[in-house]
Amino acid sequence: MPVQYYIFLSIALFCIGIMGVLMRRNAIIIFMCIELMLNAVNLLLVAFSKMWVDAGRVDAASAQLFVFFVMVVAAAEVSVGLAIIVMMYRNTHSVDINILSRLKN
Amino acid sequence: MGIDMIIFTVLSAIAIAAALGVILSKNPVNSVLCMITCFVAIAGHYIMLNAQFLFVVHLIVYTGAIMVLFLFVLMMMNLNADIEPQKRNWLKYAGAISGGALLLVLVAALRDASLPAIQEGGKTDIGLVSNLGKTLFTSYVVPFELSSVLFLSAMVGAVVIGKK
Repeated sequence: MPVQYYIFLSIALFCIGIMGVLMRRNAIIIFMCIELMLNAVNLLLVAFSKMWVDAGRVDAASAQLFVFFVMVVAAAEVSVGLAIIVMMYRNTHSVDINILSRLKN
Repeated sequence: MGIDMIIFTVLSAIAIAAALGVILSKNPVNSVLCMITCFVAIAGHYIMLNAQFLFVVHLIVYTGAIMVLFLFVLMMMNLNADIEPQKRNWLKYAGAISGGALLLVLVAALRDASLPAIQEGGKTDIGLVSNLGKTLFTSYVVPFELSSVLFLSAMVGAVVIGKK
């Protein structure tokens, strides 16, 4: 199977994530779309790892470890980000990101 | 068309349909459920690509922990209906068009890339725990320790922000 199929799948997922970030106003949905983009990149890294293993490289496990570190950072990001969203909801009773543009008033 | 091609097509269709459901559904709870479906499909791709350890970690961390955390926060906020008024509709179209343009550019740029193909069989033990653990604790000890510091600071940060 050509690795191009995985590249196209990852591009599609990544662009759906970008569309979600640009289209939606709900902060939680935007956060989930960022997770979707991270997962698209993870999938591509795993596909490249398999590709280089089949091509005879011996150090291709590094790509999978990189995916592992991306998951670690994503977990840390989610904990802090959701805490910020909860605090924002507590102060403004909304998770609409248009509220945030009025922070200066 | 081999069996791996059929599985790839089915999993990709599920993943893309669920990802579209995330950004198109009005109810945020439905978005989270679509996201879980998408993550399970991606986990299926991992096991097709011989990444067994990542398959398990993905299911536990993303589907089990992160998405449940999202669902928990959504239920705590009681946002069952989309309360946001969509005033500016052209912003939606602008977002969709710019995302589609990026999709078009990336596909056109990477269509003719010459890369080795993914073959059937071959080495299958690259994604097992023993192999990855050896690599992690020999070549990547410093990033591993740094990520533990990152987790500690994230935990402290979440508690500090949540207590205010």
